[in-house]
Amino acid sequence: MTFGINWYKYASPAAFYPLAGKLVPWFYGLASLLLVAGLYISFAVAPTDFQQGEAYRIIFIHVPAAWMSMLIYLVMAAWAGIGLALNAKLSAMMAQALAPTGALFTVIALVTGSLWGKPMWGAWWVWDARLTSELILLFLYIGFIALQAAIDDPRRADRAGALLALVGAINIPIIYFSVRWWNTLHQGASVSVTTAPKMASIMLTGMLLMTLACWMYAIAVALSRLRSIILERERRADWVQPLSEVN
Amino acid sequence: MHWKTLGEFLAMGGYAFYVWGSFGLTALLAIWELLSLSHRRHKAIQLIKQQIASN
Repeated sequence: MTFGINWYKYASPAAFYPLAGKLVPWFYGLASLLLVAGLYISFAVAPTDFQQGEAYRIIFIHVPAAWMSMLIYLVMAAWAGIGLALNAKLSAMMAQALAPTGALFTVIALVTGSLWGKPMWGAWWVWDARLTSELILLFLYIGFIALQAAIDDPRRADRAGALLALVGAINIPIIYFSVRWWNTLHQGASVSVTTAPKMASIMLTGMLLMTLACWMYAIAVALSRLRSIILERERRADWVQPLSEVN
Repeated sequence: MHWKTLGEFLAMGGYAFYVWGSFGLTALLAIWELLSLSHRRHKAIQLIKQQIASN
């Protein structure tokens, strides 16, 4: 099943570079539309929360960012693992392109959580299982980036990074289930695939739109970063020199 | 729309610092990421141009 497209062709940086360039503007466009709709619902449509007042609106960025921080890690580890197993250079580059954006969403989740915790719990930070495991996620991203930066040979850096990413993936279920496994100050899941959401549907709609906007943003940014990584690593390849952007 | 005035909207029921701090910081980080991306691309292209020129 190839659907008429030779998928293997796009496993080469030379073929993927122009394809990614065509896709990036579409993902930025989708991200912008979803962001406008998401912010409109978050601030203009969603009613005030009867317990938390307006402070609850932080949920519209906090939860999407926290989801993204975990999802991007899993996707990054998967690409790194494929790169390791199949010795596929482009897969390893994809993992590399995702790491900074994953780290960024982790920082957003931690800081917005802190800004939400202060007025609601009276503390900027507590060492509960959810917060601590999310902080460990940030260290995993930083470790992945630093490890790859410290190794000069790119292929060795790919392999070392992949091992770190794969071992660190164990932290993701720990973050996700931490609110169930331990007694945490952090509240339980508001949305789960197995039970009905414990929130008003308009709030859920706003949160999902913001999450989709974050998805589209992350794809656009990761593809764009991937293009720079390809240029950096393939700069001596024959296909790079005829490109219009370098002439 | 349940805000009667712009001031009321900006005040966020007394939680302005926390709500706008969260969204503002997110916006700043995203802008920073986009700027650093375009800088990285520019640098990569410059490097290849130098390499072609030195050939």
